[in-house]
Amino acid sequence: MYHYDDFDRTLVTERVSEFRDQVARRLSGALTEEEFKPLRLMNGVYLQLHAYMLRIAIPYGTLSSEQMRTLAHVARRYDRNYGHFTTRQNIQFNWIKLEELPDAMTDLARGGLHGMQTSGNCVRNITTDQWAGVAPDEIEDPRIWAEILRQHSTMHPEFSFLPRKFKIALTAATHDRAAIRVHDIGLRLHRNGAGETGFEVIVGGGLGRTPFVGKTIKPFLPKRDLLSYVEAVLRVYNQYGRRDNIYKARIKILVHELGAEKFGAEVDAEWQKIKDGALALDPAFAADVAARFVYPDYEKLADGPAELTQARKNDTEFERWFKNSVSSHKVDGYAIVTLSLKPEGAPPGDATAEQMDAIADLADRHSFGEIRVGHEQNLVLPHVAQRDLYALWQSLYKIGVATPNVGLVSDIIACPGLDYCSLANTRSIPVAQELTRRFGDLALAQNLGRLHINISGCINACGHHHVGHIGLLGVEKNGEEYYQITLGGKADEDARLGALLGPAVKYDDVADVVEDVVATYVELRERPDELFVDTVKRIGIEPFKERIYAAR
Amino acid sequence: MTAPQQQKLKITGPVVVTANRLGDGAVVYFTAGKKWTTRIEDAAVVSTTPAATEFLQSAIADDVGAVGPYIAPVRLEGATIKPGNLRESIRLQGPTFELPASFGI
Ligand code: SF4
Repeated sequence: MYHYDDFDRTLVTERVSEFRDQVARRLSGALTEEEFKPLRLMNGVYLQLHAYMLRIAIPYGTLSSEQMRTLAHVARRYDRNYGHFTTRQNIQFNWIKLEELPDAMTDLARGGLHGMQTSGNCVRNITTDQWAGVAPDEIEDPRIWAEILRQHSTMHPEFSFLPRKFKIALTAATHDRAAIRVHDIGLRLHRNGAGETGFEVIVGGGLGRTPFVGKTIKPFLPKRDLLSYVEAVLRVYNQYGRRDNIYKARIKILVHELGAEKFGAEVDAEWQKIKDGALALDPAFAADVAARFVYPDYEKLADGPAELTQARKNDTEFERWFKNSVSSHKVDGYAIVTLSLKPEGAPPGDATAEQMDAIADLADRHSFGEIRVGHEQNLVLPHVAQRDLYALWQSLYKIGVATPNVGLVSDIIACPGLDYCSLANTRSIPVAQELTRRFGDLALAQNLGRLHINISGCINACGHHHVGHIGLLGVEKNGEEYYQITLGGKADEDARLGALLGPAVKYDDVADVVEDVVATYVELRERPDELFVDTVKRIGIEPFKERIYAAR
Repeated sequence: MTAPQQQKLKITGPVVVTANRLGDGAVVYFTAGKKWTTRIEDAAVVSTTPAATEFLQSAIADDVGAVGPYIAPVRLEGATIKPGNLRESIRLQGPTFELPASFGI
């Protein structure tokens, strides 16, 4: 866990009292909506179809059990008893009242939580691997660098009014679980040939109306230069980004139009001016930030304790869950446990206040009081002793977060869509719910292997449909809901955008079509362990197209 | 669906003026007496561009009552006023699925 200092606490508390005053002035009419809207957005308050929505940042996806309880309290006291975890390590409350927002924010601030920079044209919540600090395949904890960037970008005056919003993601692992290649800046911490650690800097990735996979402009950036280089990227973007056209304002368009090489050269020129100035990172400062991350006092345990082996042998349901939802940990005798927020028929990523409280208690009992939030809209208990897994599973099962479908076809990423969002063309959640029912047979889902379905209710792509193995994008035709289907997208280290299957299909047909796509894959895969996305890569989308549209 | 606030005003059927109430964001409709109500059955229904424009202007003038007024289509079933499209029916009735309420969502 990261321990915030007094500066952070004061900043958040002051912001809440400022916002309380702004809300009072708005309610009295002293501020017009035009004046108030940018102020509320700066605090993560949106107006959706039928209520205000409050978005809370969960920096680098790390939550303490106390913070989870605070979220549960807010869900219960100010909302309708649940919250929605998003694809960017945020949580959203969908039914918050403006009149009660200052009180809700005061309660959140006590837990060190806030909505600052979860909206607006600034540097948004910096995201990272939900397994940071515990993943066996990482070279060091990326959250230290995410935290340094968070501190630097929070209320940075030069970067509070960028041409558009700006998203940074970071990983230090071999396998990219943070989708860094589809962010405005993606940072990959790795070792160079000389054994030093530094960052590969990737820019201009992003989804939305014009999707791009990011391009590497710096294969190796020493750690000391992280802030100055990111600052240089932001300055070039701030100067040349298209403020005249909202559809062309993201950095990806600038990188695309200039070309990655030229963009990189511009950044380099800017960077040369500042790299040895105040932004050069003092190792003592980095060490100080690192020291604020407190790691659990792990016991000396061995892998594969007898209790676990026994339980796996005796209980097939537990064994199924273990194989699906439990992953290796950096420390012997421990495991990383993913909690599926995707039970059959449920809205993806939602958790009730009761579930949040129960998860907080289980985190205290089994995970040193720590919880993680991943971009795939699931939760993680990052430090579970393997000997406790069976007991933990039983508790998780009772509260509905032990569906063994992590990474499988029913682990669907979906945006809120037309059921909440005022920008939506179509619904996303009911489509996801129907698909989880169609693929509710866990044996079938397991047989299909890793298969990601991503759904967005409009071109803004909050459900990351372009990088879904199967992506669904809601479009409107004559007032009716249709879905474009893309195949073969990927968000990991081998990121690529899906290819369009063909004409959009109707709401009533979309689940049938997805079932047909999956059946086609099963027929055409080379071997049972060839993943869906690899089959698409090998044979292209034509064979899918033929089957799907010939039958319709 | 293109956000209604961005649509050009062209009235081709019965419409109401709708917005979100400032204090709590609730969906509200403009009445014939130029007040806000949460009951669609009490909304003023108009069918001409001048009448809709006039209502909309009055609604916009009330910046404290409600936020983001716009004109939304309705269907008339006898004397009953129904939302004119899926978006508007979701605004009136809420999400089209059961909200998570307790364990096991
Ligand atoms: S993708 Fe579109 S519909 Fe979905 S949440 Fe984002 S803006 Fe709303």
